[in-house]
Amino acid sequence: MFNVSKIRVDFPILNRKVNGQPLVYLDNAATSQTPKQVIDAIVDYYSNYNANIHRGVHTLSQEATEKYEQARIKIQKHLNAAKPQEIIFTSGTTHSINLVASGFSFLLKKGDELIVSALEHHSNIVPWQMLCERTGAILKVIPMNEEGELLMDAYYTLLSDKTKLVFCNHVSNALGTVNPIKKIIDAAHKVGAAVLIDGAQAAPHIKADVQALDVDFYTVSAHKLCGPTGVGMLYGKEAWLNKLPPYQGGGEMIAEVTFEKTTYAELPHKFEAGTPNICGGIAFGVALDYMNAIGFDTIAVYEQELLDYATEQLLAIDGLRIYGPAKNKTSVISFNIAGIHPYDMGSILDKLGVAVRTGHHCAQPIMDFYKIPGTVRASFCFYNTKEEVDVLVAGVKRAISMLL
Amino acid sequence: MGIKEIQEEIVDEFAMFEDWMQRYEYMIELGKSLPLIDEKYKTDDNIIKGCQSKVWVHAELKDDKLVFTADSDAIITKGIIAILIRAFSNQRPQDIIDADTDFIDEIGLKEHLSPTRANGLVSMVKQLKLYAIAYQTQLN
Repeated sequence: MFNVSKIRVDFPILNRKVNGQPLVYLDNAATSQTPKQVIDAIVDYYSNYNANIHRGVHTLSQEATEKYEQARIKIQKHLNAAKPQEIIFTSGTTHSINLVASGFSFLLKKGDELIVSALEHHSNIVPWQMLCERTGAILKVIPMNEEGELLMDAYYTLLSDKTKLVFCNHVSNALGTVNPIKKIIDAAHKVGAAVLIDGAQAAPHIKADVQALDVDFYTVSAHKLCGPTGVGMLYGKEAWLNKLPPYQGGGEMIAEVTFEKTTYAELPHKFEAGTPNICGGIAFGVALDYMNAIGFDTIAVYEQELLDYATEQLLAIDGLRIYGPAKNKTSVISFNIAGIHPYDMGSILDKLGVAVRTGHHCAQPIMDFYKIPGTVRASFCFYNTKEEVDVLVAGVKRAISMLL
Repeated sequence: MGIKEIQEEIVDEFAMFEDWMQRYEYMIELGKSLPLIDEKYKTDDNIIKGCQSKVWVHAELKDDKLVFTADSDAIITKGIIAILIRAFSNQRPQDIIDADTDFIDEIGLKEHLSPTRANGLVSMVKQLKLYAIAYQTQLN
């Protein structure tokens, strides 16, 4: 049985006050908070077995290597990847996407086409634009509707034998829309294109099965799902990862180095040059353990309850509009009040202890679509409560009375 | 009144409030009462960079004094501009150039604004001073 007050005990930060008010943390889509199990794992690493991995003969190095590789296997199992070497540790989703984009520079030629969705974060737009500049490939966009849903018919017409890559987020960070990625992947494969799914926003809510999805690349950032910042992963099908050249050169990623020629290490090390974020990788694994112990199904049910409650309460406020009210979405509410700049709303909510995100959420094309400078985004995690939703709603009302 | 006296007045006013909610309320009032900028000056050239919300500032020399008008799409930002305009507008360019800006720290504006807004505040002050430098050069 899910008990939110018991869960909250795991998150020390939830006890703190902000501007004299109890913290109501509703910026989970930006980063989630860290449970003490993960914090303890970080402290344990630096207190007991901090060492460089994969090369030391000494005990500490072996312990650290073992834990780090165990974390890789935890991630592999979590996403149901076929092999551990298909999991590449990165610094996060942005790094993962850039790794793939850089690799494709060598596989694309002028006139090839890439397809991106209109719902993307800048991190899933800009690396591909840079790739197009380098290769002469052309970027096409899947349009969206007012509800914040992709227009699938338009997508199907964009696909052709020129299409080499399709990339789309699993869940939109700005609106929370869950995209029909299985359909997107299947259609892309029919024309022989590879698909990268940015799972940064989905990972805290949905347990993706990369084999069932048949996705070619999938990315996750640890800090969105109770792990530390600065670590994440790239899943890639082994055949694709073998095809792509290394992203960065350095130690760890080599087999043999002479000044005449260097041969690269096997997967996953080929893509893991330099000393990685060892502690972060291990803590990433612990964060997955933590969330799996609660259960993603349990989390989904509870978060849906919070989302429904918050949506109903917020919509009762005069002049409030929710952007992207898609039928299938995660616990994210992006909204504005007629006549109020989101920045003003966010500033006043902060003084009331409520943390929300304001602005364009690194998704300017979506803001341009709605012709707004930005939104106020409240994003809920399984440790949030209905009482906190009430604090948000009261805060929004108070801000309205001050600002209008 | 000179810039220094006006700044002292602002610091005293802010000291009267008990908490930051009240100060926000005050800034919102100031924002609402900020005299409107002539629409024709709300051009991209007059936008101050570094603000998350849009800020337009126009400067005009009247007799030997520099008069600022401004606007923003966010009301708290407008309040901040209103404070700055009160401190710097209708002053001689050289006085604006020479004026120190410690009053901003004294009223605690920076640490009570989000980092992006605090950056915006710095950009605004810089912009007002740049206008003053430009007009002073003209006067010389």
